[in-house]
Amino acid sequence: MNSPREIEIVGNVADLPTSASGPRHLVWWGNIGFMVIEGTGFALAAAAYLYLMTQAAAWPPKGDQLPGLLWSGIFTALLLVSEVVAIWVLRRARAHDANGVRWGTLVMSLFGLALLVPRGFEFAHLGVSWHQDAYGSVVWLLLVLHTTHIVTELGECLVQTAWLFTHRIGDDQFCDVEDNCNYWTFVVLTWLPIYTLIYWAPRAI
Amino acid sequence: MTPDQGQHDQLAATWRDPPGLWGFLVTVDHKRIAARYIVTALLLLFLAGMLALDMRWQLSVPENTRMSPQLYNESFSLHGSTMLFLVSVPIMEAMAMWLVPLMLGARNMAFPRLGAFSFWLYLGGVLTLWIAHAMDITPDLGWFEYPPLAGPNYSPGHRADIWAQMITFTEVAALCASVNVTVTILKMRPPGMTLARMPVFLWAMLIASIMTILSMPAIMLVTSMLISDRLVSTHFFSAAAGGDVVLFQHLFWFFGHPEVYIIFIPATGFVSAIVETFSRHRLFGHSVIVLSIISIGALAFGLWVHHMFAVGLPRLGNDFYTAASMAIALPAGLQIFCWIATIWSGRPRLDTPMLWMLAFFATFVIGGLSGVMTASAALNLQLTDTYFIVAHFHYVLVGGALFPLFGAFCYWYPKATGRLMSERWGKVALAAIVGGFNLGFFPMHLLGLLGMPRRVYTYPAGMGWDLLNQIATAGSVISVLGGLVFVANAIISYWRGAPSGPDPWQGSTLEWATGSPPPPWNMDYIPVVHSAAPLWDDEPRLPVMQGLANDHREVLITSVTDSAPIYRHKSSGPSIWPVIAALAVSVMFIASIFTAWAVPIGTALIGVALTGWFWPQRGRATTGPLGVRS
Repeated sequence: MNSPREIEIVGNVADLPTSASGPRHLVWWGNIGFMVIEGTGFALAAAAYLYLMTQAAAWPPKGDQLPGLLWSGIFTALLLVSEVVAIWVLRRARAHDANGVRWGTLVMSLFGLALLVPRGFEFAHLGVSWHQDAYGSVVWLLLVLHTTHIVTELGECLVQTAWLFTHRIGDDQFCDVEDNCNYWTFVVLTWLPIYTLIYWAPRAI
Repeated sequence: MTPDQGQHDQLAATWRDPPGLWGFLVTVDHKRIAARYIVTALLLLFLAGMLALDMRWQLSVPENTRMSPQLYNESFSLHGSTMLFLVSVPIMEAMAMWLVPLMLGARNMAFPRLGAFSFWLYLGGVLTLWIAHAMDITPDLGWFEYPPLAGPNYSPGHRADIWAQMITFTEVAALCASVNVTVTILKMRPPGMTLARMPVFLWAMLIASIMTILSMPAIMLVTSMLISDRLVSTHFFSAAAGGDVVLFQHLFWFFGHPEVYIIFIPATGFVSAIVETFSRHRLFGHSVIVLSIISIGALAFGLWVHHMFAVGLPRLGNDFYTAASMAIALPAGLQIFCWIATIWSGRPRLDTPMLWMLAFFATFVIGGLSGVMTASAALNLQLTDTYFIVAHFHYVLVGGALFPLFGAFCYWYPKATGRLMSERWGKVALAAIVGGFNLGFFPMHLLGLLGMPRRVYTYPAGMGWDLLNQIATAGSVISVLGGLVFVANAIISYWRGAPSGPDPWQGSTLEWATGSPPPPWNMDYIPVVHSAAPLWDDEPRLPVMQGLANDHREVLITSVTDSAPIYRHKSSGPSIWPVIAALAVSVMFIASIFTAWAVPIGTALIGVALTGWFWPQRGRATTGPLGVRS
């Protein structure tokens, strides 16, 4: 046993493809892993919001205004429309449509930039500053967490767009585009419960 | 047939690192990175042990004034933070990083650069905490840093900020490592290694990694809330402004309790591997042990409130968490019985690794029994913040995780170095460490029952605590001396140990099928697996598959459940970007303590680093010319 082990060749993997897509691809799983981490972070931040809400006599506390609905509504509508684009780009990536993913990712980048405008106004119309009280702190926490994801996603889209327009696109890059679209969907989906918490929970109680 | 020399040479050219310092910085070899992790963590274990000895020295006589209360606070804070955040969790991840690809017969981890990034970021956390200690800004509020004591009003200066940022460093590193381990186990198993045939060690690492992914966001969130309370005047934990300090405890222990099992579960993987090998018998109840690990992993998330019985939560909650805490003893007990049954059924060899397992059984059972005691809310209220708790968690963590880790170190040392450790000195070290540990910590149960509180820098004479403290101190000294013998044995054996050959213990799992130390590409061919103990069942020839590229780095990706080959994946080569990215993150984390400008500047730096990291490599494009629909 102390010499190199004898082997017996029983098969060959040389004919296997050099790439795959979706859950068959390695990077898809890594992407899911980081979504689970960030999703857990969002869920715990939401739990913190609910915890503080149950401890408070009034929500929002006396003196704090309710958060404005206009800019958050525009942001949410724009985000939902952007998801349609993300789904379209995802399908183009699966179809290995090089021009489709180039222009689609560019449009996603533009959506990312456009989303920052109503998001900026949202901060201005929250009706409370982060240092006013615990309500303000947790509302800002949720919004900052989500904005961080918008900015990260925007950065990823911009870099990906630059690459896609300057290089030949291979199987792995189509997979990268798929993963980026999946992450965009994650950013959209995480917003919906946060939006409900920030804007509608205080109005519902 | 034996592996082909030509192929061997080509693999060596493909997988070797660049020479010198550049190679040191850019390597993505999971074994080199894991070895750095392990050595760093062991060095910190030594430093934290010295702090413990210093505190024991202080408590050896009543009314001792050798240490000031402030220095004592700093010592136990640094000891606890180092042990729990910089030693226990990272060293288990590092063991996974070293062993998982070898045990899968894979050539590297799923995300080699992420592994390197994880280490460099961990090192950033280590340096943050210990350089702060050298600069006399050591955190001084325990390893948990509860507000309001850690808040801006009661803890001015930067001690608590250092602690909070150190946590963020190490947790990001841990999360990266965990995703890497999880995906490697799920997607890079060799053909035939279905989930049912996975060795218990791999199951343990998979469950611990998933637990890390689900629990560590809690500590990152809560330390971010703490530092924002301190630096930008938020009010998460300020009762005067609607905040709540109990929120901190909930989030902290939502991580803190699973953390115990994130440390313990990998140890069950070590125990399973070592008991099987040294009993010369297939693991009894493989499925039962795996299901127990999964149960422990799930239950661990339902127990965090048992750390908060003294907070004054609703009675119903206390009852529920008492029951849940006691319930975890069932799967833990099942595992113990399976290991005993394996030894009972086999022909056990009492080499040093196996002796560590016997030490583990005895110590961990004592820790488990005191755990059942503290799980009871009524008893817990009496014992909280006494030395009984100190004794309990050291029995669980040292007996339950560190002893198996020492055994694992001895077990896989020949694989890593190609040399055997001295059995004689190994047994001397074991006797001193285990004997000294029990002499040191068992009396603390009695001290706790006699009412001695923890985290006090001294105590009055005449309380009946003097002799027990002296015995505890003597035990600690013996244990540390044993630790020095252990380290000396490891260092001397590295040069003078007898050559081990590839499989000195006649192990059953795939890592023993390659050379000692393993080459950078781990295995020349892809093993094919037909059972949970492939090296025992496929004697004398190991079935393998060929066809992976030798002229560039390539790994085989398989399906999650039945491990069927799917495609050949191009694996990342050496890169400087993980180092640069970790440096950029470090600049942001540390500088943000002192200026808000660190956030935008750091974000930009991180953006540049990540762009460099993820910019697809030329030559990877495989379909269609630019602009043409493929």
